[in-house]
Amino acid sequence: MSDDIILETRGLTKHYGGVHALEDANFVLRKGEHVAIMGDNGAGKSTFVRQITGVEQRTRGEVIFDGQPVNFAGPLDAREAGIEAVFQTLALADHLDVPDNLFLGREKTKWNWLGPFRFLDYKAMRQDTLDALQKTGVKIPNIRNTIQYMSGGQRQCVAIARTASFHSKLTIMDEPTAALGVQETAQVENIVRQLKADGEPLILISHNMRQVFDLVDRVVVFRRGRICANLDIKNEDVTGEDVVAYITGAKTQEGYEDAA
Amino acid sequence: MSNHSDGIGGLKYDKSKKAWPNELNIFFALIIIVLVFEALGQLLPYMKGQSMLFDFNTKRDGTILNIARIKIIILQVSIIGIIALGVTQVIISGGIDLSSGPLVGAAAMIVMSFAQTELVNGNPNPKAVFGAWAFDLPVLVPILVGLLFGAFIGLINGSLIAFTGIPPFIATLGMFLICRGIAQWWTRGQPVSFPTDQFAWLGSGMMPVFWFLLLALLFHVVLKYTVYGKHTYAIGSNEAAARMSGINVKRHKVMVYMIASMLAAFAAIILSSKNLTAQTGMGQFYELFAIAMAVIGGVSLTGGRGSIIGTVLGAMVFGVIQSGFTYIKLDAFYQLMAMGGIIIGAVVLDQWRQRSASARS
Repeated sequence: MSDDIILETRGLTKHYGGVHALEDANFVLRKGEHVAIMGDNGAGKSTFVRQITGVEQRTRGEVIFDGQPVNFAGPLDAREAGIEAVFQTLALADHLDVPDNLFLGREKTKWNWLGPFRFLDYKAMRQDTLDALQKTGVKIPNIRNTIQYMSGGQRQCVAIARTASFHSKLTIMDEPTAALGVQETAQVENIVRQLKADGEPLILISHNMRQVFDLVDRVVVFRRGRICANLDIKNEDVTGEDVVAYITGAKTQEGYEDAA
Repeated sequence: MSNHSDGIGGLKYDKSKKAWPNELNIFFALIIIVLVFEALGQLLPYMKGQSMLFDFNTKRDGTILNIARIKIIILQVSIIGIIALGVTQVIISGGIDLSSGPLVGAAAMIVMSFAQTELVNGNPNPKAVFGAWAFDLPVLVPILVGLLFGAFIGLINGSLIAFTGIPPFIATLGMFLICRGIAQWWTRGQPVSFPTDQFAWLGSGMMPVFWFLLLALLFHVVLKYTVYGKHTYAIGSNEAAARMSGINVKRHKVMVYMIASMLAAFAAIILSSKNLTAQTGMGQFYELFAIAMAVIGGVSLTGGRGSIIGTVLGAMVFGVIQSGFTYIKLDAFYQLMAMGGIIIGAVVLDQWRQRSASARS
């Protein structure tokens, strides 16, 4: 195996009781590569992400991250290893302000000998928040307001800024623009382009064909819990109609006949 | 979208946009309530123009303020206030603790039996619970026993809620009955009395106020400036988000309930010291009054919102109303009814405020 692979799954499988949500997924992501995962609702996209990020425990299979086989007990493990995820259900706490949310679960602290009662370093967190927002181009009037009254776009941007600002080895976004307006979507897409320019790899789950063709290098299609196509959209002649055909099951790529 | 132009990259700091703190509303409410009672003192014919907080004629304390009454108001809310500090944290984390009142009763019984003195006016202590070894122990012993008992009850509460997933209401309701049972079982219903001088000092005079304010300051800092506090708010605000962010939600909940129960146990120490005796019925309604103080102070029962300053002000509102009712000579049963109405009113008002705040943006 070459060194430029950041994430690989072999035979990744997840059963919920009798439901085979994910079956035998073999997936490879190279460093700096942006890959979109597409598929119908219930095709296993989110399940796939939850196994990689340690939110759930896989039934079987292997996950190899950065050259090491990994077994994340929870999302914190995955994050410490360098996997950052923006989840479909925004993982934000409404009653906290922007820096609090950006640093939730990994606060900058001082006086660490106080254990759970160690003090928050608000000043450093605010400064880093301003830097992160500037880097991602997110516009928020006052970062010290609680986020409960912010627009969907601003909230999404906070969630993504949080992901993008920690120099992770791998970023995963689960439908980041599903609920956003045109301008806000553009803002999110700019963040994605920035990640690409920085050479940070990304897995993007999206239903938006235009977005996928604009942003990513490769599309992996899921259908009924299995990968049914792996399309190099940058170098091969693939159209949106082809992708739809794979999603709906009208076509299955060679080598993935199991999924038919 | 219009406010996007206000600051690029969030770099502009607009201090004026900072939300109006809820604590100020409660403070103004407190002043209004005082004014209402002052007005009633002037208007009600049988009050003969008395004033609640001022003393223009006798100047008993050498000041215009009626210091004696103000002291009583603060003193009478201090002990329940200590419990409310813990209840505040529990409610912010999205839970509820109904067991604190009975825990006060049980803890008081247990603590007092380790704080007894051997000789009462030269005679053997008539209320002795244990043998001779338990007499005249250093004051640290009953304090530690009490805090350990509180920690133990809190550990059970928190573990039940975190690990079995039963609602906090049910877990602490069960503990409510268990603690009442423990209080009666401990001495088979007999009161425990005659503490050592050291122990009696803990709750003497204005000491309860001192403890209340000291602990309020401590937990104000803890909730606002420490990781523990931030995670408490985060869990109450969005538990799933907190978990996904890598916060150990279960361990944190256990810690919150342990701290709350230890505060209730500490309130029991101060209360039994103040009364120089412990009885099985002690702490009746305390859990509800503590919740009421927190709620009047703006702590949201849905979690994620509230503060220690709010709860302290809530306790003051509670004390002023209670004292005010006595001052206008309202009978005790009317007081309870009015108190219930005020608690409901406080929550309704708060909900309106929340709704109008979300409508504004």
